[in-house]
Amino acid sequence: MQAKFPGKLLPYIFLLPTIIICGLFIYYPAAMTFRTSMYQSLFFGARQRFVGIQNFTRLLTSPNYLRSMGITLWFVFLVVAIGLSLSLLIAVLLNRKLHAAKALRVALVWPYALSPAVAGTIWLFLFNPHSGLVNYLLDLLFSNKPDWFSHPTLALTMLIVTSIWNNFGYNLVFFLAGLQNISDSFMEAAEVDGASFWRQLFHVTIPLLSPTIFFLLVININYAFFDTVGMVDVMTKGGPANATNMLIYQLYKDGFQNFNSGLAAAQSLILFVFVVGLTLLQFRTTGRMVHYGS
Amino acid sequence: MAVDVTGRVNPTRARRKKALGTALVYTVLFLLLVIIAAPVVFAVIKSTQTSQQVLQYPPMLTFGKSALANFKAALIDYGLGKNMLNSGLIAVIGSSGKIVTALLGALAFVYFEFPGKMLWFYFVLLTLMLPMPVIIVPLYNVMAKLRWVNTYYALTVPYLASATGVFLFQQHFMSIPQSIVDAARMDGVGPVGFLVKILVPMSTNVIGAMVVIQFIYLWNEYLWPLIVISEPAKQVVQVGLKILSGGGAQGVQNWGVVMAGALIVAVPPLVILLVLHEYFMAGVGLSEEK
Repeated sequence: MQAKFPGKLLPYIFLLPTIIICGLFIYYPAAMTFRTSMYQSLFFGARQRFVGIQNFTRLLTSPNYLRSMGITLWFVFLVVAIGLSLSLLIAVLLNRKLHAAKALRVALVWPYALSPAVAGTIWLFLFNPHSGLVNYLLDLLFSNKPDWFSHPTLALTMLIVTSIWNNFGYNLVFFLAGLQNISDSFMEAAEVDGASFWRQLFHVTIPLLSPTIFFLLVININYAFFDTVGMVDVMTKGGPANATNMLIYQLYKDGFQNFNSGLAAAQSLILFVFVVGLTLLQFRTTGRMVHYGS
Repeated sequence: MAVDVTGRVNPTRARRKKALGTALVYTVLFLLLVIIAAPVVFAVIKSTQTSQQVLQYPPMLTFGKSALANFKAALIDYGLGKNMLNSGLIAVIGSSGKIVTALLGALAFVYFEFPGKMLWFYFVLLTLMLPMPVIIVPLYNVMAKLRWVNTYYALTVPYLASATGVFLFQQHFMSIPQSIVDAARMDGVGPVGFLVKILVPMSTNVIGAMVVIQFIYLWNEYLWPLIVISEPAKQVVQVGLKILSGGGAQGVQNWGVVMAGALIVAVPPLVILLVLHEYFMAGVGLSEEK
């Protein structure tokens, strides 16, 4: 408990900028999202007609939208599952007092500063079927030069690889820090007990790392769900044949290319359901994480 | 630590195993750093080649002589230089604004008693549940009503509140010893003086971390600028890069220029991260001295 300054009006004055911005640019549009989601836009948004929950029923019965949701969830799952387990595994292998630890963290974490659009642009050329590095290596190893952009699974794979690369070092740095916090005595006890590598990983390391895992889960899910919109726009534009058409990209197209704001608002609310779940996970963990930083 | 059958630690075996492990660890680490850096190194090499060299197969992996021409084309011919200035302005104003409003908010929450305090705290915190995509359609309409479409107000003002910032500063202020506040009040320092002279100097780690996180976040924003800015001269770098990688107005893709563009866009957030990495690591809880 901190000592207080007197003043009834003063705290409101300090809070005023935050309250006005949250109210006008976050809560008001959020409330309007509910309203807009019940209208249909006609003539490219020139007229609005009340349709109740029709936008939602239209979305949730549309094979295209459900396919987009399936692709998004599959993509998020793969990015998070592969990205996190790979970085955790490598972190466990690397876990010891390392020389030049500070420089090493910087050497690992820097791709975090690159936007998904920048990462996407660089990998767009790496995956170039004719002169990219990826197909050159595949040609050397397997005499195979696939066309990444015209095959649905390959196009999605491309986005998954780029996303994992973008976050890999960041995840690894957090896992290494988390492992350093686990007392050596736990690990030694497990080794003396003769626990195998995998047993030790699943029964000792992962439970003790759970705060870090939760934190990275939230960050990575959020990244794969929302931030990748720039990557998709640069690399595949949702194609081929909508195979990489993520929910957020569909929302952008419906809202701002087809000008169907009602349908887009309904999609926003569907995304909101996912965000609520994610935020509950976040509240479970931020308290702990922020405690680390204080 | 290696343990023999009798359950005692065998020192020679343990040492040998450790030395071998260390060599392996540094090898893995070295390979990892190479794999992580490879795409960007490739982009750097390609950004120096002519439009013919860049498309050679097998790929030409040595530096060419067109670096100057490619970077100049990206910056001037494709207007990425102008986009850089726009993004820089937005990121600097936006992140400083966020830090100021968050400091003031945390000051109110930690050092004052007022009715409805918890309510207002949740009012701020729950905005975390409403990220841009959830509110983007009506937010655009708000911008239209304010006549802020195609202005930098649209790219800065809606970002100026930061729930994360308020929360980070609030946690940090609560860890500051109460005696410091008492001493300040004894000296007759008011709340604003207290914030400027005592809290801010004691919060450099958190402020540094906020600068890194918010600058990178704002510089990397993609969807909102794409929607709310349609004049090319006012556009931000991320969207400028998309236009460049799509061949720009000319519609011809020169991969050397595209790679130069991607690198240009990557440099400012990388510099911020490298210069302020100690604050960033400390602020997100990765410092050694815990």
